[in-house]
Amino acid sequence: MFTLSYYYWFTIYRVQQSSTIYPALKRGLAMLNKKQSRWKITGHDIAGYVFISPWLIGFLLLTLWPILQSFYLSFTDYSLLDSPTWTGTDNYESIFTKDRLFMKSLTVTFTFVLLAVPIKLFFSLMVAILLNKKVRGLNWYRTAIYFPSLIGGSIAVSALWRNMFGLDGYVNHVLSWFGIEGIGWISNPDTALGTLILLNAWQFGSTMVIFLAGLKQIPKDLYESASVDGASKLRQFFKITIPMLSPVMFFNLVLGIINAFQMFTSAFIITQGGPANGTYMYVLFLYEKAFKQYEMGYASALAWILLVIIAAFTAINFLVSKYWVFYESDGGKAK
Amino acid sequence: MRSEKLAALRSHLILLPFSLLMLYPVIWWVGASFKSTAELGEPSLWPTVFMWENYTNGWNFSPQFTFATFFANTLMMEVWNVIGGVATAALVGYGFGRLNFKLRNFWFSILLLTMMLPAQVTVVPQYILFNKLGFTDSYVPLVLPHFFGGGAFFVFLVVQFVRGIPRELDEAAQIDGASVYGIFFRIIAPLIKPALVTVGIFTFLWSWDDFFSQLLYLSSVEKFTVGLALRMFIDQFEVQWGQLLAMSLLSVVPSAILFFVAQKHFVEGIATTGIKG
Repeated sequence: MFTLSYYYWFTIYRVQQSSTIYPALKRGLAMLNKKQSRWKITGHDIAGYVFISPWLIGFLLLTLWPILQSFYLSFTDYSLLDSPTWTGTDNYESIFTKDRLFMKSLTVTFTFVLLAVPIKLFFSLMVAILLNKKVRGLNWYRTAIYFPSLIGGSIAVSALWRNMFGLDGYVNHVLSWFGIEGIGWISNPDTALGTLILLNAWQFGSTMVIFLAGLKQIPKDLYESASVDGASKLRQFFKITIPMLSPVMFFNLVLGIINAFQMFTSAFIITQGGPANGTYMYVLFLYEKAFKQYEMGYASALAWILLVIIAAFTAINFLVSKYWVFYESDGGKAK
Repeated sequence: MRSEKLAALRSHLILLPFSLLMLYPVIWWVGASFKSTAELGEPSLWPTVFMWENYTNGWNFSPQFTFATFFANTLMMEVWNVIGGVATAALVGYGFGRLNFKLRNFWFSILLLTMMLPAQVTVVPQYILFNKLGFTDSYVPLVLPHFFGGGAFFVFLVVQFVRGIPRELDEAAQIDGASVYGIFFRIIAPLIKPALVTVGIFTFLWSWDDFFSQLLYLSSVEKFTVGLALRMFIDQFEVQWGQLLAMSLLSVVPSAILFFVAQKHFVEGIATTGIKG
C-alpha cells in the first residue's frame, strides 16, 4: 500500500546514500578545472543538450538569472515602479543595525528550527523503529501515521489548527475535563510558536518513511551475530542501528533544517506572525517586505542573508558529518 | 514463540493508540465540519444535529463565485502543471540518465545543488520578471516553471529510474537503426511510466499545496485557487468556522483520493514492467 511514497522517499534517501552528490560535484568541478582535450561537438552532444534543454533553459532563466539579479537588487532601493537605484550596502546595514524585526524574526526562526527539527527527527525515528517489525496491520498503521503529512502543508490544515487551539477551541475543552483552565494558545505569545511546532511535528510521516527505508537496508545478519556474541538489544541499537542509519539521519537532518527555515503557510494563516511577533518567521518577514511594502531591494537582501544562513548550516552539517556519519563503503568512519 | 507473540502484542499496544492519536484531529475535523458554531468547541466527535448547511452555505460563501469556480481553476492549473512536470522530467531524465554529452556531470551537479536552494532567493526577481512580462494575475507564473524543469527532484527521480533500465535494450534498438530520439520515444518512455506516474502525482500534490506562489501571483477572485479561496474565507470579518472547516475538508479530498487511487496503479506499473525502483 505504501509502495508509492516509500519508493519516492527511498529515492531521495539514495541521493545521499549512494553519495551521488559528492562525487558528482567533484567530477563537475574537476571537469571545469581540467582543460578539455576534445572540444569537438558530436551528435551525442547535440542530442544530450536537446533533451536537457527544458531544464537548462529553466535553470538559466528562472534560477541562475534571478539569483544574480537578486544579488544585484540587494544593493539597491527598488519599489517595482521606478528603476532600481544603487544604494550600496545600505540595505544590509539597516538590516543588521536598525531593523528590530529582522532580529526578532531571526530569533523566532532559529527557535523554531532548533526545536522543530529534533522533535520531528526523534519522533519519526522512534515510529520507524516500531514499524520496522513484522506486525499485522502494518499497512494500516503506516497509512494512519502518514496521512497527516499528506495534507499537512495545506492551508486547510492551518485552518483546522487555528480552530482547535483557539480560546474556545477543542483543546481547551478537553483540558477543562481535567480541571485545567485553557488559554488562548494562539493568542498567547508564550505558546503560539509551540502550536506551530506541534503542527510541524504532526507531519513527520515523510521523514519517518525515509528512516524506514534506511532501516530495511540494514543487513539482518549484523543483529544475528551480535546476538550470538551476547550483545543486549540496547547495545545493538547503539552499536548497529544508529551507525548504520547515520547516513539517513544526516540526510533527514540536512533537509529538515533547510525546510524548517522556509516555513511559511502555517505562520501566515494560523498566527499571522503574531502575537507580539512571537511567530514572525523569517520568510513571512521577507514576504511582507517584498509584497506588502514593495521594498524589493530590501527583501532581496533578506533573501541572500537567508541563503547564506542555510548554506552555512548545510556546510557545517557536511563538515560535522565526518565525525558521526558512517559510510559502509569507506570501511568505517572517516577520520 | 510465546515471546514473539508478546512482542507483537506490545507493538500493537503502542502503535494502535499512537496511530489513533495521529488520526484524531482528522476524525474530529470530519465531525466538526457538520457542527453548529455553538457546538464546535465541544470535544465530542459527532454533532447532535448534523448541519448539512455548512457544506451548502460554505460552498456559496462568496457572493460572486462558488467553490465550483475555485475547484475548476485549481484543477485546470493542475492539468497543465502535471503535463509540464511529467514531460520535462521524462526528457531531461533521459538526457542525464542515458546520453553522454559534454559537461554532463557538471550540469548534473548543478541540478542536484538546485534541490537545496531556498526558493526565496529567486522569488523576488522572478516576480519582477513575470510582472514586467505582464503575467501577474495569471496562471503563467505558476504553470511555466513546471515546463522548464521546475522540479529538480523529479528529474533526479527519473534519472535514477532510467539508469535501472538495462542498456542492452537501447543497444538492440540502435542496431535496428533507431536514433537516440527513437530510443527515447519507443523504448525508454514506455518503460519509465511508473516513475512518470510518481512524478505526476507529486507534482499534483505539491502544487495543490503551493500556497506561497498562488498568493503571490493571483489577485483577482475569479482566478482564485481553492487555497486562496479558503484564505479569503478566513479573512472574513466573522469567520463561520463550521463552514470553513467543511470547505477545508473538501479541499484535501482530491489529494487524498489521488493518493490512494494512484498507489494501486503505481504498484501495477512496477509489476508489469518488472522494473524495481
